[in-house]
Amino acid sequence: MNNRISDQDNLVSVRDLTFSRGNKKIFDDISLDFQRGKVTAIMGPSGTGKTTMLKLIGGQLFPDKGTVFVDGQNVHKLRRADLYTLRKRLGMLFQSGALLTDMSVFDNVAFPLREHTQLPESMIRTLVLMKLQAVGLRGASQLMPNELSGGMARRVALARAIALDPMMIMYDEPFTGQDPISMGVLVHLIKSLNNILGLTSIIVSHDVHDTMAIADYIYVLSGGKIVGQGSPKEIQESDSEWVQQFMTGAADGPVHFHYPAKDYIDDLMSSGKRY
Amino acid sequence: MDFIENLGSGTRAGFNKLGRGTHFLIQIFSGVISVLLRPRLLLKQMYSVGVMSFLIITISGLFVGMVLGLQGYYTLSDFGAEETLGVMVAASLVRELGPVVSALLFAGRAGSALTAEIGLMKATEQLSGMEMMAIDPVKRIVTPRFLAGLISMPLLAGLFSAVGIMGGQIVGCGLLGVDEGAYWAQMQSNIDFYDDIINGVIKSIVFGFVTSWIALFEGYDSIPTSEGVSRATTRTVVNSAFTILGLDFILTALMFGDH
Amino acid sequence: MQHTRNQDTLVGLFVASGIAGLFFLAMHVSNLSSFTDEDSYTITAKFENSGGLKVKSPVSAAGVKIGKVTAITFDPKTYKSVVQLSINSKYNTLPDDTTASVFTAGLLGEQYVNLEPGGSDTYLKKGGEIEITQSAIILEKAIGQFLFKSAAEEKK
Repeated sequence: MNNRISDQDNLVSVRDLTFSRGNKKIFDDISLDFQRGKVTAIMGPSGTGKTTMLKLIGGQLFPDKGTVFVDGQNVHKLRRADLYTLRKRLGMLFQSGALLTDMSVFDNVAFPLREHTQLPESMIRTLVLMKLQAVGLRGASQLMPNELSGGMARRVALARAIALDPMMIMYDEPFTGQDPISMGVLVHLIKSLNNILGLTSIIVSHDVHDTMAIADYIYVLSGGKIVGQGSPKEIQESDSEWVQQFMTGAADGPVHFHYPAKDYIDDLMSSGKRY
Repeated sequence: MDFIENLGSGTRAGFNKLGRGTHFLIQIFSGVISVLLRPRLLLKQMYSVGVMSFLIITISGLFVGMVLGLQGYYTLSDFGAEETLGVMVAASLVRELGPVVSALLFAGRAGSALTAEIGLMKATEQLSGMEMMAIDPVKRIVTPRFLAGLISMPLLAGLFSAVGIMGGQIVGCGLLGVDEGAYWAQMQSNIDFYDDIINGVIKSIVFGFVTSWIALFEGYDSIPTSEGVSRATTRTVVNSAFTILGLDFILTALMFGDH
Repeated sequence: MQHTRNQDTLVGLFVASGIAGLFFLAMHVSNLSSFTDEDSYTITAKFENSGGLKVKSPVSAAGVKIGKVTAITFDPKTYKSVVQLSINSKYNTLPDDTTASVFTAGLLGEQYVNLEPGGSDTYLKKGGEIEITQSAIILEKAIGQFLFKSAAEEKK
């Protein structure tokens, strides 16, 4: 096995990873690398386990086989306390935002600071307002999460994710279900956070257009395998029919429109007995 | 053959759940010290678990006591023993109805709310989100709720019994003319502090423990969808009720058996 | 912040009322207030037969409860029932020729120890013994005696 943990360029490296849920193999022996300071995207149709990949990197799920190294540490071999120390340096942006619904925007952003640091309240206030300013929501600090729109909730979650100044942020479907304006805002935020703070970013998305715009490197997953990888330009020019189907959004192709089923005519003609 | 197979897998699933539940309980305990160092977390949960159950417990207690006063009077007056009404009301409340009925109400009022809350936090990824922020959701979210339930339950049961005894007095002495002095004096000479009151309090602590445990575990273990959370909430109420009543039998046999 | 302070107050009120409820049960409902072990003294009485007397049965004088039974043992030498009585220290002027009897409250009620003070000037002290005792009336025995007596009278 090529054990390239020493590879200083990669903050995260996934090696020979296999993960299955029930009988279904979500990942089948795949390896990915995420470069320091770069925006790397994982793309693929829904149900290919993109979110699962983030949870594997974050140590929330355990693989059947293979290893995940984050900053040189094997995530799944770490003791609990060490895993938590590592997680303090990782930020994750959930699809729903995952804001704590029983506290205000301000308290949500202050939450990791209050839990993990002994900073005085005045300092926390300054930090929180700085983070909220960065996402443009300083004025919304006293609102409750249920008063926010989906895009605002995601920006608050982003402010919370950067509260502890992490070395890496994982974005889970950041563009899904956003109107073009908040989509533009998020694209801009991700890009600028990456450039200004020198963060490493991992984006999981199936939004072709916007991901192409900000990613430095793209992996395209399908059926548990990597079907294409490279810079956005390379991906665009890929001759793999998988990648082309995904990029152009064709209804049928290597990824079938139909969920696997028995023969259509047979099914219609059969007695309707449950099987 | 199918039946035996189902029975086998059902039993296995049951043991598996009990095992996960026990593991969960150990996780809860590991957070106790950190919660006690931050009493504000506990205080907030005492509010939603205890204070919010206050009204239903006191009102139910009052009515249960009044019914006991009425029924007890009719039965006892047949034997010319109305004077022992106080004993009957107090003994039934302190030993049985106080701990059991308040625990059942608690499971319905606070337990179901806990399950729904934790289940929805799971469904909206709040728990995963916390884990990714390197905050243990069991210690931060579950343990304070568990402790709040454990502390609130005996207080609520005590309130229930106390209010019930007064309700019995209102009906017995106020309406039906039992002598007030006899009501209290008979009660005091027949209700034993250790055998009755302390045993009742022990019961309610046990019930608070299992109800909170079941409610929190069902929420934490729920399938994170609307249907999953709603089923978990139902299971909390049903399982708590069974457990409370079953444990009550065992505890009663242990505590009052040798008399 | 106002909100949390309100919450704190309500939690405080809740805990206080819960404790008040438990305190009420302990002091006003149970026997904790009437007797505690500290302010009582123990005396013994030997009965031929203590009948249905139980631990915690009341001890009363002139109809007022003044103590309780704390132990009942069988003395293998004298073949008597040794009953330990715990008497409230307030009542420390029981004469040493007090009579102890086992009575039944009502026809089927519970049995209790009745103390009938004598006329002596010396009082019973801690650990003292009541020498004049009257056994419990055993219902079966009493009925048997009554039947025997009426049968004998008929013969005359």
